[in-house]
Amino acid sequence: MTEPKKLKVATCSLAGCFGCHMSLLDIDEKLFELVKVVEFDRSPITDIKHCGPCDIGIVEGGVCNAENVHVLKEFRRNCRILVAMGACAITGGIPAWRNNVDLWDCFQEVYSYGIGLENGQIPNDPELPLPFDKVHPINEVVRIDYFLPGCPPPADAIWKFLTDLAAGREPKLDYDMLHYD
Amino acid sequence: MTKTFTLDGKVIPFEEGETIMEAAAAAGVYIPHLCHHPEFKPHGSCKLCTVNIGGRLGAACTNRAAEDMAVESETEALNADRRALTQMLFVEGNHVCPSCEKSGNCQLQAVAYHLGMLTPHFTHFYPARDVDASHPDVLLERNRCILCELCVRASRDVDGKNVFGIGGRGIKARLIVNSASGRLADTNLSVTDRAAEVCPTGAIIRKRHGFTVPIGKRLYDHHDIAEVPVAGMERPKRD
Amino acid sequence: MSAQDVCDLPGIVARWHHDPANLVQILREVQDSCGTIPSDTLDRLAKLLDVPRVRIESTASFYAFFHAESHGAYEILFSDNIIDRMAGKEALKQYFCERLWLEPRKLSEDGLVYVDDTADIGLADQAPAMLVNGYAIPSLDKARLDLVAELIRARKPLAEWPPMLFEIPDNLRKPGPLTGEAFAPGAALKAALSRGAETTLAEIDASNLRGRGGAGFKTAVKWASCRKAEGEAHYVVCNADEGEPGTFKDRVLLASHADLVFEGMTVCARVIGARQGLLYLRGEYRNLLEKLKSVLAGRREAGLLGRNILGEQGFDFDIEIHLGAGAYICGEESALIESLEGKPGKPRNRPPFPDRCGYRNQPTVVNNVETFACAAKIAEKGGAWFASLGTPQSAGSKLISISGDCKRPGVYEYPFGVSVRQILIDCGAEDAHAVQVSGPSGTCISFREFDRRIAFEDLATAGAFMVFSRERDMFEVARNFTHFFAHESCGFCTPCRVGTSLLRNIMDKLAAGKGSAYDMNEMKHIMHVLRGTAHCGLGHTAANPVVQTMEKFPDAYEKRLKRLDFEPAFDLDGALQTARLITGRDDEWAHLDND
Repeated sequence: MTEPKKLKVATCSLAGCFGCHMSLLDIDEKLFELVKVVEFDRSPITDIKHCGPCDIGIVEGGVCNAENVHVLKEFRRNCRILVAMGACAITGGIPAWRNNVDLWDCFQEVYSYGIGLENGQIPNDPELPLPFDKVHPINEVVRIDYFLPGCPPPADAIWKFLTDLAAGREPKLDYDMLHYD
Repeated sequence: MTKTFTLDGKVIPFEEGETIMEAAAAAGVYIPHLCHHPEFKPHGSCKLCTVNIGGRLGAACTNRAAEDMAVESETEALNADRRALTQMLFVEGNHVCPSCEKSGNCQLQAVAYHLGMLTPHFTHFYPARDVDASHPDVLLERNRCILCELCVRASRDVDGKNVFGIGGRGIKARLIVNSASGRLADTNLSVTDRAAEVCPTGAIIRKRHGFTVPIGKRLYDHHDIAEVPVAGMERPKRD
Repeated sequence: MSAQDVCDLPGIVARWHHDPANLVQILREVQDSCGTIPSDTLDRLAKLLDVPRVRIESTASFYAFFHAESHGAYEILFSDNIIDRMAGKEALKQYFCERLWLEPRKLSEDGLVYVDDTADIGLADQAPAMLVNGYAIPSLDKARLDLVAELIRARKPLAEWPPMLFEIPDNLRKPGPLTGEAFAPGAALKAALSRGAETTLAEIDASNLRGRGGAGFKTAVKWASCRKAEGEAHYVVCNADEGEPGTFKDRVLLASHADLVFEGMTVCARVIGARQGLLYLRGEYRNLLEKLKSVLAGRREAGLLGRNILGEQGFDFDIEIHLGAGAYICGEESALIESLEGKPGKPRNRPPFPDRCGYRNQPTVVNNVETFACAAKIAEKGGAWFASLGTPQSAGSKLISISGDCKRPGVYEYPFGVSVRQILIDCGAEDAHAVQVSGPSGTCISFREFDRRIAFEDLATAGAFMVFSRERDMFEVARNFTHFFAHESCGFCTPCRVGTSLLRNIMDKLAAGKGSAYDMNEMKHIMHVLRGTAHCGLGHTAANPVVQTMEKFPDAYEKRLKRLDFEPAFDLDGALQTARLITGRDDEWAHLDND
């Protein structure tokens, strides 16, 4: 008998805090069960830098800069199913609070007037991701197949969601697993 | 003989003049709503309580019950419309649940849970809206306002103060207050006013009371809004 | 300068009887005399009228023609219907702005002049057109705009501008029973008085007259219900808020047949027992106000208004004119009543309908201008005469306002049942490809449907008839209409407040060449929600132009779709522009390929 083919999963965090990834790790001992059916591609867990062809891509965080778009589009190109995980990916979340702050004021605050800065200068290094006027949820940039809300989504919800998907079921969250905070 | 109509096939008794919403609530049947509150005059603006009344769609909170009328509420199609309306309310404002004091006790959020909303779906407007922290006891956070006018009605009809109103029109409609400065502090709002605590979202909240109830113990943490009784929704007892 | 210095607030308030119900009229006069409605005026009005300031501010901030900031000595508003655009409005506006070194929506540096767009001003037959300080100037071209620019530079008061600028011909191309025969003021009333109220109502009933505002409710039923309803007073309200883009037939009725309209209102007053009538005249028809007032004065002198009309003891009735202030929604009868009561024009929850609970919560008949004109004719000539015109289900004649791609735009009076094809022949529209019947909220028909008929049983219409030739882009037509609805949504209900703006944004996205099939589905989804759940007709129909043009002119959309699957909701590269400017970067990583 051959082992059933493992699902290939990639994850990343864009304009997020990695809290959703922490929640993913928070499924604790079930991680052992998870890795029986799942193999990780690009993810903070593996340190693979670029996403290859995957069954499921899970994206944490919203889109706040040009680099986020490159990563997100790479995920969309390579993942059969793309999942928005957590409040920031779904609504922009806390980072979107800056959406009504003038971008010039943001730069000034960070690079010119911030506490402890001397001779502050706004950098023009191409290696720095260039920010957008506003932070956007990822479904405003690419097509998203599933949304898993929460800040972060509870570990149980992530587990339920992934195991549903792995089993080919339409993911369904119980009332206790669905919340936005 | 009591008059009745049917709601999703269930026989609902009603008294002359009652709305579908009032009769349903008295019979313990939940119809999703946000701008409706049993203590105040029906308003009919959020449209979440849209039901099918014998083939015609209408708001349950403003349409009166009538003998033998057949009303549908819990249908896939109506709940899809309600979900879309809720999503519209989410993208219209800046509803950041993770940083909101009302989270867990918020009716907008609870209705969204009830309807199984996983994403606000529509493109966000991210409007620029003011926060007014001028009042010593009450915070006015317009980012969270859904224009249900419950505070307007409460202040006018119960408190007798007219602290709140709606200014502008269309997507630019906004909550305004009764002072030349436009500041809440310059109105005669008191923290004990009905208007200060009737807000279904976190747009009008008492200061220094945020996050007092731990996560897990909040109103809607484990209970669907359909199961949480709202005071006043039962029919007043008549002798 | 504060409003106090230039504006006699107590005088204005006294003229309107210290009645907060007249707030829209009071604010109009304030705005007229001092050019703005400043914040301190709101406080003073609150005191003078003894109502909360918040109520004044609600109303002042609702109407498009009221503003707190100065628009200078000359406020220029270009009519922005698609017909104006087809007639070159955008280029002319730009030309005008360049002549005066102006930017739209920005007060000129010398504080003299302000230029902006406004919704259709009822001159589609003489497009492009504009309002100067509320007064309409039609048939704009460079020469006329040069003249306007000179007058502004010379700071000539509007009263000294050449009257020919403001001349508005009726363009009545095809007269009929309403518009073609001379009417002797009093003729209908005399007939009604000799018949008596009940028999007059029976004649209206026998005529099969249906409301001309578009909905087609049977007039006699409305009048009978109002007549029966109990109340402290009964009111007659004439809806002259002709705001549907492309409609201008009421403009002609009011300009040249006002007696007929007022007489119809007076007949109605006799039937329902009203002592007061109100004509709600859209703000854009400000230029008709003085003339209408003089017609009313003439009727009072002739004993056709006032006490004991035509010697009939106890038959007292008079008519007051209220001006709107730039809100399409006030054409909806219950919103109109709210506006008459000094409030923002938001449609009420119905039932109860106005026939039982209308103006000041009293029984009220609200009818269209044309309906009252018909009623007067019926009172004069009898119900059978009227019923013999038109079709069995649509009795009488209908005024059609024709504009767009045709040789002879203007007002045509047809018996109901006329085919679209016949109308197109009459107005000289040989190359017609599509017609928008009854305005944005009506029906868009393609050349395949030109045998359809104007009648309640086929194409119901309030009167607009906008013709589009083969060269016209029906996508741009629909886009113009979505902008209109988003601007005019009152904001009361969720689906319309949010949905109309979502639709507008998606249409703009498609116009920018960044649309996808996803967006098309999204618009259908929004339309479904609007149709099912919106509070009033505006919301129910707001998506019609998009859905109908999508269905009938799919090519207009398909050629704009960038991808079949999905396109970002915003311009990715454009959203980096601010940061590029701040950082001075222009490297490869500072750009995003929108493909």
